[in-house]
Amino acid sequence: MTATEHIPIKLPPTEATHAPVVAVDNVCKSFGTQTVLDGVSLTVSRGETLAVLGRSGTGKSVLLRVIIGLQTPDSGSVSIHGQDIAGLSIDQLSTIRMKMGFLFQHAALYDSLTVGQNVAFPLQHHQAGSATEQADRVKQLLTEVDMERHLDKMPSDISGGMQKRVGLARALALNPDILLLDEPTAGLDPISSAEIDDLVLKLQSEHHMASIVVTHDMHSAKTIADRLILLNKGKVTAQGTFQELQDNDNEFVREFLKHA
Amino acid sequence: MNGSQLPAATATVLPGRTASLLSADGTASKWAITEFLEWFGELGIFFWQVIKAAITPPFEFRELVRQLDEIGSKSLPLVALAGGAVGVVLSLESVQSMTRFGAKSLLPAALVFSVVHEIGPIVTALVVSGRVGAGIGAELASMKVTEQIDALEASAVNPYRLLAATRILACTLMLPLLTLASDACGLVMGWVALATIEPLSFHQFIISGFKGSGFNDFLPPTLKTAVFGLIIGLIACFQGMRTRGGAGGVGRAATSSVVLSSLFVILADVVLVKFIIIFFP
Repeated sequence: MTATEHIPIKLPPTEATHAPVVAVDNVCKSFGTQTVLDGVSLTVSRGETLAVLGRSGTGKSVLLRVIIGLQTPDSGSVSIHGQDIAGLSIDQLSTIRMKMGFLFQHAALYDSLTVGQNVAFPLQHHQAGSATEQADRVKQLLTEVDMERHLDKMPSDISGGMQKRVGLARALALNPDILLLDEPTAGLDPISSAEIDDLVLKLQSEHHMASIVVTHDMHSAKTIADRLILLNKGKVTAQGTFQELQDNDNEFVREFLKHA
Repeated sequence: MNGSQLPAATATVLPGRTASLLSADGTASKWAITEFLEWFGELGIFFWQVIKAAITPPFEFRELVRQLDEIGSKSLPLVALAGGAVGVVLSLESVQSMTRFGAKSLLPAALVFSVVHEIGPIVTALVVSGRVGAGIGAELASMKVTEQIDALEASAVNPYRLLAATRILACTLMLPLLTLASDACGLVMGWVALATIEPLSFHQFIISGFKGSGFNDFLPPTLKTAVFGLIIGLIACFQGMRTRGGAGGVGRAATSSVVLSSLFVILADVVLVKFIIIFFP
């Protein structure tokens, strides 16, 4: 993937089907006395990208972890493809997670495996295709994120930004319907950030993925997101398109966009 | 936590929990008991999760084989060395005392009995607890604090099945085999030590040592080490997978894995010895 002209290709909102594939309903989550999520509700439909914005420490990453079931909300519900994930066992959740991809904020690569082995891990573990098909898929994914030359390197031998790209490739390994990205462009240079944005848009247009992107990168959010939500003190302060947020009268929203 | 009031100056200098520890109404012991019971309860829940994962497919055979090699064959040199050293020490120490009591001819039998019944199993378990327990605790703790375990879950992999069940099963299966190796080295080196003091052929040593021994003298003490292996694997995995607090947490997990598994192995030995005496007289 080379950075030439950056021409974003975004799927028009009307193309997205309206049935939500991810539905978060009035979720609350506290850690001790600190309330991180306070009645958060949102929906994401197939082919739609939702950007989650907010100040540091407002629970954006916790929201993603609640959606994929790594953390249990204190109250409220999360539904994936119409199924409430509350009370499901790890194996039952695994069936749902097979069609979800998650990019962690710090990539969370398996440090005892090479770059290639990291991306191959979901394919090998779930026996997705023959060995040759898996190898081809790994090469294809790493090429998408411009990391094919680093196949045999260990995660400790590459930079944080490169680790994040490998993490994205791993998240895409099983062709997920739902993609959760925690700060996908953090630590990346502007060219690499634009390449990641292009990749997300391409995935959306080709595979009609539902994506939820936690980001501080306003440019990226404007480029890839169909809708944005703004969290403040655990609550959804505003949601809508970028234009709708710009037209919002809320003081916090105006202040946030002014500095973004 | 309720407790009697400390002088105001003391209460402000010390952190809350430490201050409570010093209160005079037994709050310290209540806190310690509560903490212990909570730890034990969480361990029980963890063990139940591991059992559920271990008995339902898909099974992680490849990882199990890898762990059998990691825990078994790579611990063999250390276990053999420890067993051999213990055999030498036991032999040399026993010569004087057995001679004093006029029981020198029983020395081979005493050595065999001691090594096979108790010394071999407990030394093997403590050595493996140090090597394997610390290794598992540190590895899983490191994975926990760097979100690698979360990444496994997000990739639709059950970490209880892939990480914990394989390691616990490998420890349980390998401890008896390692104990046999330790026993063998202990007896061989014990004979070597004896032979340096008084000429005694290995054949004669074996005949004298195993004279009158039966099934109950060998199999139950060796198989009890499977319980030791279960304890080592379970506690190391539990401590590793519940780690918090970065590098410090990894260190604490490794240390606590060794300390707690060693302690529980010794306590289990007390119970199992009684069990063996009753059911395998």
